[in-house]
Amino acid sequence: MQITVSVNGDAYTQEVEPRLLLIHFLRDELRLTGSHWGCDTSNCGACVVWLDETPVKSCTVLAAMADGHRVRTVEGMGMPGRLDPLQEGFSRCHGLQCGFCTPGMMLTARWLLDHNPDPTPGEIREALSGQVCRCTGYENIVRSVRWAAQYEAAGRDGGPSGGGPGETGHGPTATGVTG
Amino acid sequence: MTGRPYRSAYGPAQRKEDARFIRGRGTFVDDVQLSGMLHGAILRSPLAHARILSVDPAAAEAHPKVKAVITGETLAARNLAWMPTLSQDVQAVLATDKVRFQGQEVAFVVAEDRYSARDALELINVEYEPLPPVIDAERALDPGAPVIRDDIAGKADNHIFDWAAGDQAATDAAFAGADVVVTQDMLYPRVHPAPLETCGAIADLDEISGKLTMWSTSQAPHAHRTLYSLFLGLPEHKIRVISPDIGGGFGNKAPVYPGYICAIVGSMVTGRPVKWVEDRSENLMSTAFARDYHMHGEIAATRDGTILALRVKALADHGAFNGAAQPTKFPAGFFGMFSGSYDLRAAHCQVTGVYTNKAPGGVAYSCSFRITEAVYLVERMVDLLAGELDMDPAQLRLKNLLRPEQFPHTTPTGWEYDSGDYARTLRVALDAVGYPALRKEQAERRERGELMGIGISFFTEAVGAGPRKHMDILGLGMADGADLRVHPTGKAVLAVSCQTQGQGHETTFAQIVAEELGLSVDDVEVVHGDTDRTPFGLGTYGSRSTPVSGAAAAVVARKVRERARLVAAAMLEASADDLEWTGGRWQVRGDPAQGKTLAEIAMAAHSSLDLPEGVIGHLDADTVYNPPNLTYPYGAYICVVDVDPGTGVVQVRRFMAVDDCGVRINPMIVEGQIHGGLADGLGMALMQAITFDSDGNCLGGSFMDYLLPTSVECPSWELAETVTPCPHHPIGAKGVGESATVGSPAAVVNAVMDALRPYGVRHADMPLTPANVWSAIQGTPVRTDLAFNGWDGRVGTNECT
Amino acid sequence: MQVPAQVEYERATSVAHALALLTRYGPEARILAGGHSLIPMMKLRLAQPETLIDINGLSELSYVTVAEGTLRIGALTRHAQLLDSAVAGGHFAILHDAEKVIADPIVRNWGTIGGSLCQADPSEDLSAAFAALKATMVICHPGGTRTVPAREFFTGPYETVVAPAELLTEIRIPVRAGGGSAYEKVGRRVGDWPVGAAGAALWLAGDTVSDAGIGLTAVGAKHFAAAEAEEFLCGAPASEESFARAGEIAAEHCTPSSDQRGPAEYKQHLAKELTVRALRRALHRARAGDA
Repeated sequence: MQITVSVNGDAYTQEVEPRLLLIHFLRDELRLTGSHWGCDTSNCGACVVWLDETPVKSCTVLAAMADGHRVRTVEGMGMPGRLDPLQEGFSRCHGLQCGFCTPGMMLTARWLLDHNPDPTPGEIREALSGQVCRCTGYENIVRSVRWAAQYEAAGRDGGPSGGGPGETGHGPTATGVTG
Repeated sequence: MTGRPYRSAYGPAQRKEDARFIRGRGTFVDDVQLSGMLHGAILRSPLAHARILSVDPAAAEAHPKVKAVITGETLAARNLAWMPTLSQDVQAVLATDKVRFQGQEVAFVVAEDRYSARDALELINVEYEPLPPVIDAERALDPGAPVIRDDIAGKADNHIFDWAAGDQAATDAAFAGADVVVTQDMLYPRVHPAPLETCGAIADLDEISGKLTMWSTSQAPHAHRTLYSLFLGLPEHKIRVISPDIGGGFGNKAPVYPGYICAIVGSMVTGRPVKWVEDRSENLMSTAFARDYHMHGEIAATRDGTILALRVKALADHGAFNGAAQPTKFPAGFFGMFSGSYDLRAAHCQVTGVYTNKAPGGVAYSCSFRITEAVYLVERMVDLLAGELDMDPAQLRLKNLLRPEQFPHTTPTGWEYDSGDYARTLRVALDAVGYPALRKEQAERRERGELMGIGISFFTEAVGAGPRKHMDILGLGMADGADLRVHPTGKAVLAVSCQTQGQGHETTFAQIVAEELGLSVDDVEVVHGDTDRTPFGLGTYGSRSTPVSGAAAAVVARKVRERARLVAAAMLEASADDLEWTGGRWQVRGDPAQGKTLAEIAMAAHSSLDLPEGVIGHLDADTVYNPPNLTYPYGAYICVVDVDPGTGVVQVRRFMAVDDCGVRINPMIVEGQIHGGLADGLGMALMQAITFDSDGNCLGGSFMDYLLPTSVECPSWELAETVTPCPHHPIGAKGVGESATVGSPAAVVNAVMDALRPYGVRHADMPLTPANVWSAIQGTPVRTDLAFNGWDGRVGTNECT
Repeated sequence: MQVPAQVEYERATSVAHALALLTRYGPEARILAGGHSLIPMMKLRLAQPETLIDINGLSELSYVTVAEGTLRIGALTRHAQLLDSAVAGGHFAILHDAEKVIADPIVRNWGTIGGSLCQADPSEDLSAAFAALKATMVICHPGGTRTVPAREFFTGPYETVVAPAELLTEIRIPVRAGGGSAYEKVGRRVGDWPVGAAGAALWLAGDTVSDAGIGLTAVGAKHFAAAEAEEFLCGAPASEESFARAGEIAAEHCTPSSDQRGPAEYKQHLAKELTVRALRRALHRARAGDA
């Protein structure tokens, strides 16, 4: 069957089998490999993308179900030349190590901040409770989301003063900011 | 040029690798698509133990999208059906005579796409004759138990090895003379590292050049290359192993798996690249599991709480093939570290390894080669002793911890601990967590019938394997190389043999070189993971990156710096001895106006400057670092839990971790490593286990049942540090990758047992799920390695005296 | 990751169209709503339907409203919508209690109430919650609609009364003032299926229980309900003693099985313990004028 899906603002029309999972459509057909997969039972959340305005586990959605709908992936975060504050926050606060769960975490966090701009750590943990990270122990993920929330609340370029850990030391603080 | 003011490169620098990951631009194995690439899928045995009567691939071969079906017979014809393991055993690549665990590889399909490959699996007909399985490790050596490894000539039982360490006579004497002896059986259940990215490979054998390129999730690309060469008979200079970005390793990605060999053979047979990436169920059911130690521990002490000796007998369940990955001379890994952090008179352990009808493995999941098992044992025994003596577990530890003046200290089992101020670290933890106030709160809550527990774990780790005369894996000495090139414009490229899976090597190793050479971290590029571009080394596991490769990086940078000194002397027309390295450059002693930065020196080294003796025209250098000893990070962990007596539900309220890993290159990365390991410990203590029913069905084959901790179960980890530099490491760093996984389970279990004291519970095994905690409260603790259904007499045999 | 077998796909444009498609494709066709019960089964190849009928476009089946003294929940309502619905939570706190502990936030975004009920997992939380509330299911078929009490909806593990050419469209609960309800669940971890769970709804006349509903899941309770315990409670004082006895009776009538989540004895204990806790909280809410 033929489907047309808008992904990160671009329309894609492809011939697919009805059984093709949305995650495979994105990764294998469209070569958007930023979304990952990590389990067989819809538990791990490495595959989280937005379907219309809603984060979903794309391993549990058929590409056919997305026909005529919009999908947003990590590749659609931020703007050309400018990172989403969550992307910035995750790097500043060391919210990622191997990077495999990161796209899904950021997309859920993006939805959370869009609906709850000042979440408590408990609310952040609850929002991310359907997604597994094996590296970070979650603490820095929570800090990353808080950083982004504060950045957006402050509403000014360059981030809040005294920011995250990346601003001390000799580190490459500029890496990635001007994406 | 005068340059910018000098700043140390050590510190919490943002990571260079983040730039691609936050954009979803990492390159993981499954992201790679090669032209003409095919997809492989493995048919696996549904039975734990069975004879194979026939394998008929005809229907699968007839599938229009299938290019090849490889069976055990196909491989046997090429002498590839059995491969060597990392423990001098052999493992079936594809089963020929029998299947020996549920999930074992039986056939390999190569098809045009992954969906067709999956469909084709159902078209392969295999006839099995079921055999009785050996599932309960404690029955594996019973007379008359089914023999699993009848492929080994003359094998008449399921015994693998016996190994012992320590002085048995001295230990027995210490026990005989002790006032108090406490005994406890305890299980460290079978668990699995479960990195979020499963294992996989793309094998691309170029028919014309004969070159094999393997993209794979490998923590040890060079070791894999050598193994492929020896096993497949391919010349090693024609093999390239590329480990691109890896989504977590944790020891799961150290071995060579049958799927990798099948992918290579698939590429040989089809003449095209073949990708094989496993499902999560395959990962959990067939790749390297961890732990599965059934331990019988005894601790002897005086009435006033001086610990005299420890004695342990352990039964090690290795699964159907001995595929555990550890240095050759250590069949039980570093379990000999079980004497822990205490000043003991004597200790003795005896470990027996057995086969069962389960997947092979045993050493994985940040275990530091079985130190996880050793630390769990000793820290539980110390708490049980505290209970027996009615002594505060913190006080008992402070009384017995090794003292600073005792270092370097050789333990009763022959380990030479390098440095430590243990009591100080424990005191920092007790202060930081507010220990007296917690005990007071506990007493108040107990009055009200509320269950609150406080658990301590003090651990010493041994990492950074290791000195090559003592440590090799499959005959390859565990030394690692580093190559450093400095370009004319003063930018540096460091090539190292270890491979990152999230530990931040691209940043921390750049920091090491930057620090040694006065460069900006941005000016140092770290190359890793590609055997064509990096020097030989044994890879990343056992927390060895910083102790070994990090040391190599420092050593090679110092070599470069010494060459630079000679060139600088020529540039400044001074004697090399008159120069000092200060402020990130070579300058004439006492005369800052007369100095040169590395960038200036590099350009000069490539120029027509008259070069001095000993410098050949550039600054490049290489080294192989053979560590003189392991390093010994340590820590004190304290866990606070609340337990609901009506349901057995455990909540971890707080977790305080004080780590001493020597000098910290990047504190932000160190803390991240610790956070991750603490989550592992919580998970293993409360919810993770791979269990089996009596038929050998694996009940931990998906994330619905092999449960991993989420952001909700994990508290906000509280960290502190002490710094006791490693005396033999070039930078004084010890490594930290596995410390938290090693130290934390005992803290959580000790806390839960502490909470259950009003019920007279002395011990219950991990995982302390609500059902298991409740069963313990009822006085009927369970054997957590066996499923709840289908077994007789499942109640635990936890003997206590 | 595991992947489904070949399947055909149709998209329904109305309830009538869905029914027509079900009729046309016969019993090997399955309704595809959120797909978060069906697609995982298809990936593991435990379910291999021949045709999927996608009803996600039927927005007319997605609502939570009160009309004529009845809370009406459209079958296509997502779990997240029910959790977010002030109308639902305001009348029956048990629904929010239960939704908070069903799966995880992302799965709740897409899984539907109707889908979960029709999956009929013996550990389904909503089955117990709706049993406690004595809800009614509305089922559409080509000839019209029929209603079935929640307690007659399930005929066995993974089996309901919904026939191959029928569609569950709505769940109804009569709204009555003065009640209180609650849900208590024990899982091995957040998002896990229950080891045991209980839901309770109480109405009082003074200090006496005038009506009670008790739902249980994962413990082998008949029709996900504790009818004997309810019978005991009606007319009994709303007290700790009554609740303790009700819990015992509820547990006596359960037949849990041992599995990875726990042994049967423990689940039996949970049936009792969680029934008591749910009743306690329901009482507290009834007295406080909450729901």
